[in-house]
Amino acid sequence: MTSLLDTPNAVPVPAAEVPEVDVNLFRQTVLASVGWGRRLLLLCGLTRTADGIRLLAALADDAKGKIGLVTTVLRDSYPSLTPACPSAHHFEREIFEQWGVRPEGHPWLKPVRYPLGATAIDEGEFFRVSGAEIHEVAVGPVHAGVIEPGHFRFNCHGERVLHLEIALGYQHRGVEAALRGSPHKRSIHLAETLAGDTSVGHATAYCQLVEGLAHTVCSPRARSLRVIALELERIANHIGDLGALAGDVGFLPAAAYCGRLRGDVLNLTAILCGSRLGRGWIRPGGVAGDPGLDTLGELQHHLIAAERDMRNATDLLWKSSSVRARFENTGVLSQKVAAELGVVGPAARASGIDRDVRRDFRASTYDGRGPVIVTEETGDVFARAAVRWHEIENSLVFLDYPLADPGEGQALIGVGPFVPDSIVLSLVEGWRGEIVHLGLTDGMGRIVHYKVVDPSFRNWFGLAMAMRGQAISDFPLCNKSFNLSYCGHDL
Amino acid sequence: MFKALMARVRQGYRTAAYPSEQPQLPPLFRGRPIFDQGKCPAECTACSDACPSEAVRVLPEGPELDLGRCIFCGDCTTACSENLVRFTRDWQLSASDRAELLVSGATAPHVEALQRELRRLLGRSLRLRQISAGGCNGCEVEVNALGNVVFDASRFGIDFVASPRHADGVLITGPITQNMRAATLATYEAVAEPKLVIAAGACAISGGIFRGHKEVEDGIDGLLPVDLYVPGCPPHPVTILDGLLRLLGRL
Repeated sequence: MTSLLDTPNAVPVPAAEVPEVDVNLFRQTVLASVGWGRRLLLLCGLTRTADGIRLLAALADDAKGKIGLVTTVLRDSYPSLTPACPSAHHFEREIFEQWGVRPEGHPWLKPVRYPLGATAIDEGEFFRVSGAEIHEVAVGPVHAGVIEPGHFRFNCHGERVLHLEIALGYQHRGVEAALRGSPHKRSIHLAETLAGDTSVGHATAYCQLVEGLAHTVCSPRARSLRVIALELERIANHIGDLGALAGDVGFLPAAAYCGRLRGDVLNLTAILCGSRLGRGWIRPGGVAGDPGLDTLGELQHHLIAAERDMRNATDLLWKSSSVRARFENTGVLSQKVAAELGVVGPAARASGIDRDVRRDFRASTYDGRGPVIVTEETGDVFARAAVRWHEIENSLVFLDYPLADPGEGQALIGVGPFVPDSIVLSLVEGWRGEIVHLGLTDGMGRIVHYKVVDPSFRNWFGLAMAMRGQAISDFPLCNKSFNLSYCGHDL
Repeated sequence: MFKALMARVRQGYRTAAYPSEQPQLPPLFRGRPIFDQGKCPAECTACSDACPSEAVRVLPEGPELDLGRCIFCGDCTTACSENLVRFTRDWQLSASDRAELLVSGATAPHVEALQRELRRLLGRSLRLRQISAGGCNGCEVEVNALGNVVFDASRFGIDFVASPRHADGVLITGPITQNMRAATLATYEAVAEPKLVIAAGACAISGGIFRGHKEVEDGIDGLLPVDLYVPGCPPHPVTILDGLLRLLGRL
């Protein structure tokens, strides 16, 4: 694969060294790489030049922990990759929307985010199933719960869902565009609000990116504290999801206990930094304050109590036949479909895809050690719930290391100037899955292009596929089992 | 069944004693900031320069902070070489009047309870439809927490309902994106009179960290009449609960 330039996670490469090939070779490279077991990590426009739009593909080699880069320059259109490589589908829609380059032959070339409210999202064109007994159900953007806005269009035959189309963009607030020109005084705060429930994950991805650009390495202490924050975020959200799943099948004891426990874990993050979501803590160069060994000891103590209660609450789930009956065989996402779509995170691992940035693309954060990665085979709601629980267990086991021995060094160090004319990709395994940030610097070392791929960007279509053939009444349960981010998708 | 009962005993009683007791907040909690007035070096604008959300203005008598814009990040405290800015642990941040969110020195905002008739109608049963309009889901996390057994807003008769038709008002989060503007207004329209509007979080009040983006409206002010502003990024659940209870005249 000579036309790919390989780089590890968060290590910048000179933009000029990334191969620029003609569009045919570009397509061949992407398709051949995917055929050889790489996966499409990112496909996006990079710059607008006199010759056209420069397009970048990043192809991950999970086994070697390398990211292969290749670019091409396009005029107005190119033959779409999606028919041969379905994981490109959403990226190509985005490229069409952001850069005006048309992927010819794309099966469903709709806008992704409808920037600037030009058209009403729920009034656009929708995929239609025809037939005498077919009916449509339209839901949203305002839903029934305290939840973000999105529009769901179900094509149903009776209760059975034939196809679900998910139309998003309501949360589009221009956050990705505002990250261009970084570092500026809003940058880190914008990173924290890419998806507020993943503040630590996205802030870590941003920091890892700028530290890579500056060749700055945080102290071991700062790295340990970041890992602690990341794993606490994972535990809090996973236990909250298990509670919400219990609630969606009407099993209220576990819903109540897990809801409380989620808050308890958020409060542990607040003990470390003052904010339940970890706001204001993860900063370029490390973390904004060192809570000290006593506080970390206190945390360990709290986690032991929390683990006992979590085990007790979730045991109720696994041992209730009524819960198992609702979880098992509901919302199945097969391994084949999950792999084709490039699904990531717990949703992928629940479908038997053994993929996790914490192990595969270990940047400085998890150096030398990380939690054990688990997978399930069935790809149903039960598998997605079980993966979450095992991830909680394994994170708790792992957390003993950084809590007992967080290493030495200053919590926060200065970050130097950025290397000019470089491309860097930063990967972090957030609680929902793989977070990808890309930065491109200009000759002055300023970030002129910034790209964010939240795990939800890849996984929303996985939910749509999992809904095929399901009863429409199971949608809330299936939806919760993925628990995807609207704002992380809409940016 | 026996297991479920055992679990119930083991999990214990978890509802916070608030408001009869003070809420338990972590030592590092960043609540209402205070400024030491009259001590600023001449011409120093370090706090205002560092603020990412245009919340601090330096006036001749000292800095003035807009709690409605503040994201409670603490960048101003780091920037002040004289240590004149400090975040207190005061969680009571809400105001019924937008102007009261402008604080200088150690002034604090306050909530004017609803008029008597509205209190009679809503004081012991307030049903809210939440509208999420372009934020980061941070406020939603904390609004959702009001439903857990710790904060348990329903013990005060405060509930979040599925339809605006069942609601006495809307609780809005997010800066109101262009894409959510119509749906936000339509949802408000669907609520029967009399109805309340609660703006929760810096985004809903002022656009927050997204203030000035062309994709957003910089908050709900000017689009709908607001009865209660709850600052924060996101506001702590107890801050939201405190604001609601004060609005209902129950604190």
